[in-house]
Amino acid sequence: MAAVSTFFVVFIGVPIAYLLARKSFPGKEAIDIVMTLPLVLPPTVTGYYLIIVFGRNGLIGRYLYEWTGWGIMFTWYAAALASFVVALPLMIKAGRAALESVDRNLINASYTLGYSELETALKVTLPLAKRGLLAGGVLSFARALGEFGATLMLAGNIPGKTETMPLAIYSLAGSGDWGAASSVVGILTLMAAIFLYLANRYSKRIF
Amino acid sequence: MGLKVTVKKAVKGFMLDVSWQIGNELAVLFGFSGSGKSLTLQLIAGLIKPDSGFIGANGSTYFDSANDIDAAPQQRSIGYVFQDLALFPHMTVRQNILFGAKGVPRQETAERYHEMVNAFYLNGIENKRPSEISGGQKQRVAFARALIRRPNVLLLDEPFSALDTPLRIEMRAFLKDLRKQFHMPIVLVTHDAGEAASLADSIIVYSEGSVIQKGSAGEVLDNPIDERVRRLLVGQPTSDPLPVNHSGQARRKSSAPGENRP
Repeated sequence: MAAVSTFFVVFIGVPIAYLLARKSFPGKEAIDIVMTLPLVLPPTVTGYYLIIVFGRNGLIGRYLYEWTGWGIMFTWYAAALASFVVALPLMIKAGRAALESVDRNLINASYTLGYSELETALKVTLPLAKRGLLAGGVLSFARALGEFGATLMLAGNIPGKTETMPLAIYSLAGSGDWGAASSVVGILTLMAAIFLYLANRYSKRIF
Repeated sequence: MGLKVTVKKAVKGFMLDVSWQIGNELAVLFGFSGSGKSLTLQLIAGLIKPDSGFIGANGSTYFDSANDIDAAPQQRSIGYVFQDLALFPHMTVRQNILFGAKGVPRQETAERYHEMVNAFYLNGIENKRPSEISGGQKQRVAFARALIRRPNVLLLDEPFSALDTPLRIEMRAFLKDLRKQFHMPIVLVTHDAGEAASLADSIIVYSEGSVIQKGSAGEVLDNPIDERVRRLLVGQPTSDPLPVNHSGQARRKSSAPGENRP
């Protein structure tokens, strides 16, 4: 599930980071702030906003329910959506910084050699920002893996359906099953450490 | 034929207002740093949009504010060698040069590539990355990348400034050679008097966003229009701030495009 949300984080986060890094348009910094808020807000607040938007009576969820009879709340998708929203800021922050550090002259050189902006982005800008983007992706994955609060708000804690590892730890500890809880804790800690190591490795090795 | 530039551009308290025209020759834009030389190149290449004016080369109009023409940099067919060369660090020498061959017919690409490798003495380093080759080699790769497409105009923004003196003199000889091989307007920006004297067919002297003198290299070198230009040309570094008012004669000269064509 963390993998699914990271997939979307990368595919949506990288273009957003590119726009924020390379374009100037009104409201740019406001968009950056809105996109970054889930990073600093308590996850329960993020979850609350998600309910307002995607809940059965929500701004978008209402129509979704009317047209399809389906609601996202308390489903596997809700857990993925919650992870996506809290992990996206890390991708955007890391991506924007990586893309902004690409030498402007290299991009101009590509333009004067006849390459359109999209071609330049694919052949020059993104490859040169590759390591920073990878680091952002790995961090997002680690964050998605550890998501708790927003998931609990939006997806609940339904065993076998929306029970992510952090939620499982909460249940296990709550029911006094310390043995099982500590093994899940151990696995999660180890995975987080591995991802942090990968993120550091990618971000350090710049050409 | 040649390159015609008449542009105005205001940038943060600085006003560039120049007009000049050159043939298929090597023209040196000469003057202190901050006089608008590099900005002029960026305007010609389309990387920055002028406030008003006209830019055209060998029959193509790149920019014409009167007729609302503003071609994208991709459509201008301009070879641009940047001050820091701007070689792509993630590509090999071969990939860098071939990156410049966009639009070259596929059958011709290999032939042109070998032509460039031979002309620029790049045999043996084709699979290296820019970080693995010398400063002089980097220069030559940048030239090869800019020229493989056979652009209409070649712009050189202080390409030798990062080199030490022996290599710089070698590169000057190389550029002279290049000039004989490729018939196109070449604009070289420099504030090195020796470079201007040894390379230029014509010299355009910039000061604070205006052209204060232009003419064939001989004319300008023999008859600098005033003390400032003379001091610039003999290469004496001067820290005096340049006075803003120019002599009337210089003004008239700078507003008469084409008078110094060979």
